[in-house]
Amino acid sequence: MRFSRKNLNIPYVLFLLLFVILPLLVVCYYALTDGQGQWTLQNFRNFFTNGKTLGTLLYSVVIALVTTVVCLLVAYPTAYLLAKGPFRRGGVLLVLLVMPMWINFTLRITAVKEILNVLEGNLAYHPFFNTIFCMTYDFLPFMIMPLYTSISKLDDQLWEAAQDLGARWWQVMWKVIIPMSMPGIISGVTMVFLPAMTNYVVLDMVYNSTYIMGSLIGSYFSAYDWHNGSMISVILLLLIFVISGLSSKVAGDQTEQRGGVTL
Amino acid sequence: MKKRIFAYAWIGLVLLFLYLPILILAVYSFTKSTMIGSIRGFSLHNYVTLFTTPELKQMILGTVILALVVALISTLLGTLGAIGTFYSRRIWQTGVELANQIPVVNADVVTGFSVCILLIVFWGVDKDTYIPLVIGQTALCAPFVYLSVMPRLKGMDPFLYEAALDLGCTPAQALRKVVLRELVPGVLSGFMTSVTLSLDDYFITTYTKPAVFDTISTYVVNATKGAQTQIKTALWALSTVIFLLVVVFVVLMNVLPMIKQQNTSRKV
Repeated sequence: MRFSRKNLNIPYVLFLLLFVILPLLVVCYYALTDGQGQWTLQNFRNFFTNGKTLGTLLYSVVIALVTTVVCLLVAYPTAYLLAKGPFRRGGVLLVLLVMPMWINFTLRITAVKEILNVLEGNLAYHPFFNTIFCMTYDFLPFMIMPLYTSISKLDDQLWEAAQDLGARWWQVMWKVIIPMSMPGIISGVTMVFLPAMTNYVVLDMVYNSTYIMGSLIGSYFSAYDWHNGSMISVILLLLIFVISGLSSKVAGDQTEQRGGVTL
Repeated sequence: MKKRIFAYAWIGLVLLFLYLPILILAVYSFTKSTMIGSIRGFSLHNYVTLFTTPELKQMILGTVILALVVALISTLLGTLGAIGTFYSRRIWQTGVELANQIPVVNADVVTGFSVCILLIVFWGVDKDTYIPLVIGQTALCAPFVYLSVMPRLKGMDPFLYEAALDLGCTPAQALRKVVLRELVPGVLSGFMTSVTLSLDDYFITTYTKPAVFDTISTYVVNATKGAQTQIKTALWALSTVIFLLVVVFVVLMNVLPMIKQQNTSRKV
């Protein structure tokens, strides 16, 4: 066969088909069948008619929302100051801020946990607070990075222009800077929200015994209940597609712009 | 002036939040204490435990080897995938891009669970062969390699390849000697991303690993459930070692380019 550079991606395409797409199809199949291989919607009926599992969904959304909001509130000023603040070596500070990301997250959470344990006496007293605290600690760098990229692209003269037109500083922030850094906000939010709904290890480690969506998969996995585990996976997949679809729609024109520049 | 003080205070607080836990743990890892708060004498016994307990040694070695193997396979697949896709027709590009995006946006729990369902439950592959584990982690890492190589391809001068052909290279030579060389930074950063993703991974590992095998993540999670204080404090030492390695690596990565720049400017 003649060498063609197009064919170099054949191994990767096969890999994606076999180990990314096929597993999801099989998960869909398991979600829609029962132990005997009969097609059924019972798994989904179980989920949506059970108060406990619906409560889990609600609790995950609450945990994820609070974590995302806290991360955003901490990360936005941080990213803004790094990009537009008085620091001559903003780049070094950025590296310092994202460096903890390269330390294993279970070890980092162990560290936070030990500190909280001393401060609170017993971790079990404040499970919700501890979960949010540890998740914020874990995910903060993932929020700072896209925000920084987005804000550092903004024109420095925007601020002056808005002020010349009579805006006070909070109006400049609210009406100019924040809307223009929306792509960064959206990609940061998607990078924090989804893991926060599913990362049940954080909850396990701070002895928060309430389930989130990820814990359901974990518990069905330990019980060898593939059908219900698959059903939760499909529900999560749908959520993920909706969220990432929405976010790419809002951030869409920016990516197209970027493509336009390189072409 | 007020603004400056606020900026320094804010960044200082965020850095404190991120580093204080790790640093406190590092200090205590050098003591005999079994709990934060009670200071007892200096001791290296945590480090001795860490590097002499066979269980811990095996776990660390296993994690590192797994990360390297996964990163190598991912880099190979992802780089070739990106090159091939870049030169394919538009429709193929869109298709591969979409499939590539799935593991990136998907929750790791779902990625791990789905690979487990297909390989272990549906096809009956034995977990003890490590095949599901390596495939599962590669399914997470290779897309990130693809994503870090693609921008280099898009930013490359398209005539470089043509020029190499005109100068007598075969297509394979032109790819190897010209295109691949241009991609090196992207390939390297993809490799590093894969290593960190694999080292950090908990979910794919739990769903696909052999029962007797543990990575740092799964080991730490299990250890925190148990009550063995000796192991617990040895993990503080591990956290400190990893922290120092990361610091050294980051300093090298940022200092080396500066030295290189100085050398070249001196030559000029």
